[in-house]
Amino acid sequence: MNPGSTIYMDNNATTRVAPEVVEAMMPYFGELYGNPSSMHSFGGQVGRHIESARSKTAALIGADPKEIVFTSCGTESDSTAIWAALKANPQKKHIVTSRVEHPAVKNLCEHLEKTGYRVTFAPVDREGRLDLAFLYKSLTDNTAIVSLMWANNESGVIFPIEEIAEKVKERGIVFHTDAVQAVGKLPIDMRSTPVDMLALSGHKLHGPKGVGALFIRKGTKFSPFLIGGHQEKGRRGGTENVASIIGLGRAAELAADIIEDENTRVRKLRDKLEKGLLASVSNAMVNGDPDNRLPNTTSIAFEFVEGESILLMMNELGICASSGSACTSGSLEPSHVLRAMGVPFTAAHGSIRFSLSVYNTEEEVDFVIEKLPPVIERLRNMSPFWSAAQCKTT
Amino acid sequence: MWEYTDKVRDHFLNPRNVGVVENPDGVGEVGSLACGDALKLSFKLGEDGRIVDARFQTFGCASAIASSSALTEMLKGKTLEEAEKITNEEIAEFLGGLPKEKMHCSVMGRDALENAILCYRGEEPKKLDGDVVCECFGVTETEIQRAVKENNLATIEEVTNYVKAGGACGNCHDKIQGIIDSMTGEIRPKEAKPRKLTTIQKIKLIEETLDREIRPELQKDGGDIELVDVNGDEVQVRLQGACSTCKASQVTLKEYVEKKLHEFVTPELTVEEVKE
Repeated sequence: MNPGSTIYMDNNATTRVAPEVVEAMMPYFGELYGNPSSMHSFGGQVGRHIESARSKTAALIGADPKEIVFTSCGTESDSTAIWAALKANPQKKHIVTSRVEHPAVKNLCEHLEKTGYRVTFAPVDREGRLDLAFLYKSLTDNTAIVSLMWANNESGVIFPIEEIAEKVKERGIVFHTDAVQAVGKLPIDMRSTPVDMLALSGHKLHGPKGVGALFIRKGTKFSPFLIGGHQEKGRRGGTENVASIIGLGRAAELAADIIEDENTRVRKLRDKLEKGLLASVSNAMVNGDPDNRLPNTTSIAFEFVEGESILLMMNELGICASSGSACTSGSLEPSHVLRAMGVPFTAAHGSIRFSLSVYNTEEEVDFVIEKLPPVIERLRNMSPFWSAAQCKTT
Repeated sequence: MWEYTDKVRDHFLNPRNVGVVENPDGVGEVGSLACGDALKLSFKLGEDGRIVDARFQTFGCASAIASSSALTEMLKGKTLEEAEKITNEEIAEFLGGLPKEKMHCSVMGRDALENAILCYRGEEPKKLDGDVVCECFGVTETEIQRAVKENNLATIEEVTNYVKAGGACGNCHDKIQGIIDSMTGEIRPKEAKPRKLTTIQKIKLIEETLDREIRPELQKDGGDIELVDVNGDEVQVRLQGACSTCKASQVTLKEYVEKKLHEFVTPELTVEEVKE
């Protein structure tokens, strides 16, 4: 590796904007500045490009373009969906979700809990798999919405959304999925999966930040979150973030090819990284179901060391990853996802998430496999627990 | 990403005195794996009663490792009586400051030191009296009271930053607020603590303050100021241009120049005018 170069393995946080996407966006920061709502053709042509972006975004998930509403981010899409379902069912006061949701859903549900809703947080097992029996049992006639993530941002574990959606719809309950981590990494088809609402985000699939989309199945009762102008057919007020919407459209178009690559080449790179690290570092384990996982993600727990220290030492080597440790987030507890999975504290504090993308190379993976083990060893040699653990085992 | 000072980064990437002292005179341990950080400190006394060696083992984040490393450096050459007086604030200061959310790392250093000294004296590690207030991190009322008193803490968030109490489930927030409220009488008002500066740092800061804060204002009135010498805390200056003949120049010196220097350098400075 060249000294000073960056090895970016934090793609579940955000992704590199594809050069093709940047190119597609540029005219909308310059000459194509018209307002898509305008009557004149100068603005109107921009409106047509937005509709093209809508078609491309819809195509990525097997939806009808009319079922796509552009938003400002994944969080806005999630909030819009949940609030819409609650408003459509004012008499129902029960929400079902899981214990491992992204804060976009988790914190909203905890907020709603304080305002009079009953929220069921379905548990997961040690491998991060959802307790389906518990989930189905928790559904009642009072349940307004079930909101579950398609794939987990920390562990990469995939929930069987197709199967769950069928069961939830049999009960006539609104089903929403936060698919921010899944779209662009997994094939998703709304024609065969009875999801009512699905959230996605531009910057997780090599598109720009500040744009997301909400799929709203035709016939779903809906009310807007942002009330204002007639944009998005009255489903989301506010002048469109034109350049970013165009960027999302282009990214969605590219994603069809990327999914293929993600599930073959990237998966191989991830597996090589994981095997390489586990082979050379003792007391290390993978968090999450190895069989149902995003192809780009691995969360590895290194016992007896603390995640922030690992990240900052990797940072010195130009390696970007993230951690489920307490110290990195400003909170004092390790991630709620790892805790929900029952990952022991000895491992949770030292968990590192690597999330790859199509831009990663085998050379980069080899570099991490070579450079990370000495970092762990160095930190373990500083740790009072490591020497104690060694005494016990020898 | 945390904003760590260069000194924190240095002590994290190149930690001093890692390990355990052979045949130590005192060993102190605090923290646990569950808490996310822990420190084992050991030291050895020389024949003159001063600490000749101090070493640490730390499990924790960058600032925990840096705080431990800093502490061992601070301990060397000190008598136990001197070592005992080291506060968590001094550990943080040694590192050029810590992010406020990371102050508990410096408290951990201070606690380990206390336990190590107790160990030397043949006493049990401090059993922190009082009821456990924060169940998640096992923090007692006594610990919270001490942190509030020593660091002038006024909010629950600050207490969490210093001793972690209240940082997880939040069930103890009312109790922590109660402790803060009951102690309002004991808390001294926050006052700017004079900075310990080397002579070179002092002169550099004075020059910077003159250039940035003072000179432009004087120049607006056709005057100027020149730094002649710095003798301890006495700053000798020469007024120039319109200022040198201005009748109000003494007022300018005391009310303007001196106040600015107090604000930006250290409150102990006095300004004296040097005439030709």
